[in-house]
Amino acid sequence: MMFRSCITAIALVFICTSALISPAHAIDPLPFTDLKQEQRFQAVTAELRCLQCQNQNLADSDAGLAKDMRQQIFEMMQKGDSDQQIKQYMIDRYGDFVIYSPPFNWQNSLLWLLPLFAAVGGITFVSLHFRSARQLAAAHSKTGENPRSNTEPGARAPQVDAGDNW
Amino acid sequence: MTDGAKTAEIHTREVEPFGAAPKPATNLRWLLFLVPLLLLIALGALLASNLGKDPKIVPSPLIGKPAPNFSTFDLLSGAVVSSETLRGQAFVLNVWASWCAVCQLEHPVFNAYKQTPGALPVIGLNYKDAPDDAKRWLAQLGNPYQQIAVDASGKIGLDLGVYGAPETYFIDRNGIIRFKQIGEMTAQILAEQTALIGGAQ
Repeated sequence: MMFRSCITAIALVFICTSALISPAHAIDPLPFTDLKQEQRFQAVTAELRCLQCQNQNLADSDAGLAKDMRQQIFEMMQKGDSDQQIKQYMIDRYGDFVIYSPPFNWQNSLLWLLPLFAAVGGITFVSLHFRSARQLAAAHSKTGENPRSNTEPGARAPQVDAGDNW
Repeated sequence: MTDGAKTAEIHTREVEPFGAAPKPATNLRWLLFLVPLLLLIALGALLASNLGKDPKIVPSPLIGKPAPNFSTFDLLSGAVVSSETLRGQAFVLNVWASWCAVCQLEHPVFNAYKQTPGALPVIGLNYKDAPDDAKRWLAQLGNPYQQIAVDASGKIGLDLGVYGAPETYFIDRNGIIRFKQIGEMTAQILAEQTALIGGAQ
């Protein structure tokens, strides 16, 4: 009993302290004009990639470059640039890779179209597969013959065998 | 799964005599194999062709575009170094810092390049560095730079799309970025790009 409450106490301490530490946002003391601007800033930095660490966004990254980029974004916001202008500024210098939602263009076409092709191809494949199965079944039922009956008498329901027909 | 094989065998035997209806299905079967197989091979080739590449290298969208304007001062002399003062000549812009280990590795290449006939002027961009450290570094390793633009805040670097050091840009006499090397510079790339850009006039 004593042991269990000890464990619980330790766990509680861990949970409480981790809640204090965990927010992963890199915090720069930037003098935002109002809450709205700060929220805009958080939204934009969350959509841009840190080029130094590459799998972190600007909001979360503590890399030197990310800090510079955040500073640049902040200054552009003070100047009155729109979110789109800020993103374009980064794209002009670092390419489409810098934003997490890559635009649709010829370079990225494979990225966008491959899932579509895969889905269409898969549906076509499955439907062709089932159609030929149905045709086989229809051909059998026309003659009233059961393809399995002569080898496995009464083993399984004979009509639908789409699963292993090809 | 011998059951499946058996059934398939029986099917072909029994279905063929019924003629017209099952025939197209039999032909399509080859297509069903072939098309995914070809797609798989194509995808495999695409992935294989990219295997050796460093995923950390991000191609610069600034190639073929004018280098951004900047104005700063020289690390050693304190004189103005800007896109204006550099205009009218082709040059190599090497982004370096004393904290950058690979810069130290590639440094002898630039020292040797400086002695090469027809070499372009090499301009250093001292990126996010402490001036004292940078000066000490040059004193130890030699100074291949005609001028050294100081970018203590990293602002010029940001405008150039720098995301690490070393990076090296080849800028032609019209101020257009012709080539960007991310990471260590080699004598071969320096020679090739110098020839492409036309060498020093």
